[in-house]
Amino acid sequence: MSTLKNIAKAVLPFAVLSGLVQFLSAGDILNPYWVQIFQLACVVAISALGLNLIYGFTGLFSLGHAAFYGVGAYTAALLTKLYVGAYGDEAFLATGAVFLGSLLAGGVAAAFLAFLVGLPTLRLTSDYLGIATLGFGVIMKVVFDNADSLVPSLGGARGMTGIPRLTGVPWAVAALVAAVLVIRNLVHSSYGRALIAIREDEIAAAAIGIDTFRYKVIGFTAGCAFAGVAGGLYAHLYTFLHPSTFDFLKSFDVLMIVVLGGLGNLTGTLVASFAWVFLLEGMRVALPPEYIEFRWVLIPLLLIVTMLVRPRGLFGIREFPLLRSRVYR
Amino acid sequence: MYALIALGYTMVYGIVRLINFAHGDVFMVGAFLAFYSIENLHLPLPGVFALAAGGSAFLAVIIERAAYRPLRNAPKIAALITAIGVSLFLEYFTALHQVFGPNYYAFPRPFRVVSLEIGGITFTSIQGIILLATLASLGALQYVVHRTKVGRGMRAVSHDLVTAGLMGVNVNAVISFTFGLGAALAGVGGVLYGIAYPQINTFMGVMPGLKAFTAAVLGGIGSIPGAVLGALIMGLTETMTTAYLSSTYRDGIAFVLLIAVLLWKPTGILGVARTEKV
Repeated sequence: MSTLKNIAKAVLPFAVLSGLVQFLSAGDILNPYWVQIFQLACVVAISALGLNLIYGFTGLFSLGHAAFYGVGAYTAALLTKLYVGAYGDEAFLATGAVFLGSLLAGGVAAAFLAFLVGLPTLRLTSDYLGIATLGFGVIMKVVFDNADSLVPSLGGARGMTGIPRLTGVPWAVAALVAAVLVIRNLVHSSYGRALIAIREDEIAAAAIGIDTFRYKVIGFTAGCAFAGVAGGLYAHLYTFLHPSTFDFLKSFDVLMIVVLGGLGNLTGTLVASFAWVFLLEGMRVALPPEYIEFRWVLIPLLLIVTMLVRPRGLFGIREFPLLRSRVYR
Repeated sequence: MYALIALGYTMVYGIVRLINFAHGDVFMVGAFLAFYSIENLHLPLPGVFALAAGGSAFLAVIIERAAYRPLRNAPKIAALITAIGVSLFLEYFTALHQVFGPNYYAFPRPFRVVSLEIGGITFTSIQGIILLATLASLGALQYVVHRTKVGRGMRAVSHDLVTAGLMGVNVNAVISFTFGLGAALAGVGGVLYGIAYPQINTFMGVMPGLKAFTAAVLGGIGSIPGAVLGALIMGLTETMTTAYLSSTYRDGIAFVLLIAVLLWKPTGILGVARTEKV
């Protein structure tokens, strides 16, 4: 009973939000552009939650998040594209299941790669891990650029086209809800405790019997899986993929979101993701066209000021009630 | 040339343990200052170097004072994010039409290109200037760090910031000086880059900055000879990859190398492992 109630409590706000966006767009109050931006914000939030698990909770400094995002995007896009190519348009009814499958495949692919990358690199500490993952991000960009020499439909440096548009508001919101619930439960489970212990003090964690390396691999892999799923959603939202979407500078974007929201703070990550995406797009509308390039002058300034004023992130350690731990209430 | 940028990274990291992402953009500003001093002021070559180095140093000291110093006792990540913010700000601010503008500029050659052949290998005066300027900067740096009072301060602060402060070292001044010195080297690097690849724009600092940082890590961050060694290795591998494989793989190879080295020696080739005290 209480589980049901909890699930209901979690799903309700998102269902209301999704219904509202659907309703507003159906009634032409919200134009399709903003609906798309809303979905993008959900996607970014999922990816950022993944990074928060890696960096915020486990304390692993990863600068290669966009690479895993890209792996998920390319994997999922390739799968649906192959399916549509093989069965044609008449089988489109079944694409819901196919889409779900390809999203999961994207997540699994990203997780598997993260596992392979993590096995050697997670032995490195702090900044060196950051550089190694940053290097991995640059390598993956090169791989995406040259991917067409392996599988021509991946497009390589020219970009991948012809991906069916499958992501809609219900998909984006449902995926975000799932991500929030999974991460919340993971963080407050014994696994999550172990991850936080590693963040706080790796030596002490090892001393109380936590297999630190194993948990670091788990945290890293799980976080990257979320990036993979988010990538799949992104691919089917914009129907076009280009390697420059996944270069290392995009990893910084996600990192900034996570730090702005506060490390190890789910509420902060959610709020910061939405604020970030809407701020970027909102300034496109709000600024007069001749000042449009001021966008990227104002954003870093805002970022620097926020960091100077609130070095621990916007929310510090405060959380929405739903996302709090049940033990320390 | 990577060496000059890498030195700035390694010095700043050695002292305040901060990856100064804005360093590549200071390098870019150096190149632009040189561009204007040649185009508009018609300065002779030494003047160009002096202006670029001085301007970059000034900029870096301001950045340090405004953005990094207030965060010195905050979590490290806050300073890092601020560094990324400063980097983005410098790139996009200078790309505004009112500042440098978003276009590519052709960097003027301040002297005639002369080729010289010694034993079957062709040298150009460009390579000569780059080699000379790099060696001169390295010599000056070596002198400052090991033979002057402020250099001793730098080494002390890098060893232990708090204790150095207790021993009467003016920590803030030393850190400012380090930022300035590193930036001056980056400014010189910017001029050399402009001479070697005569095309500059405001985003030119991103890739060289990243690679220089990689070079610094490769050689062992915090170590000055390490930065030079790492930069040499980076430059050689990139040239070799372009020559024997394909230029599309160039950016990737350097990082494959980096990861390989880090796995073999997690603190870089000349880095010193720090034992963690419990």
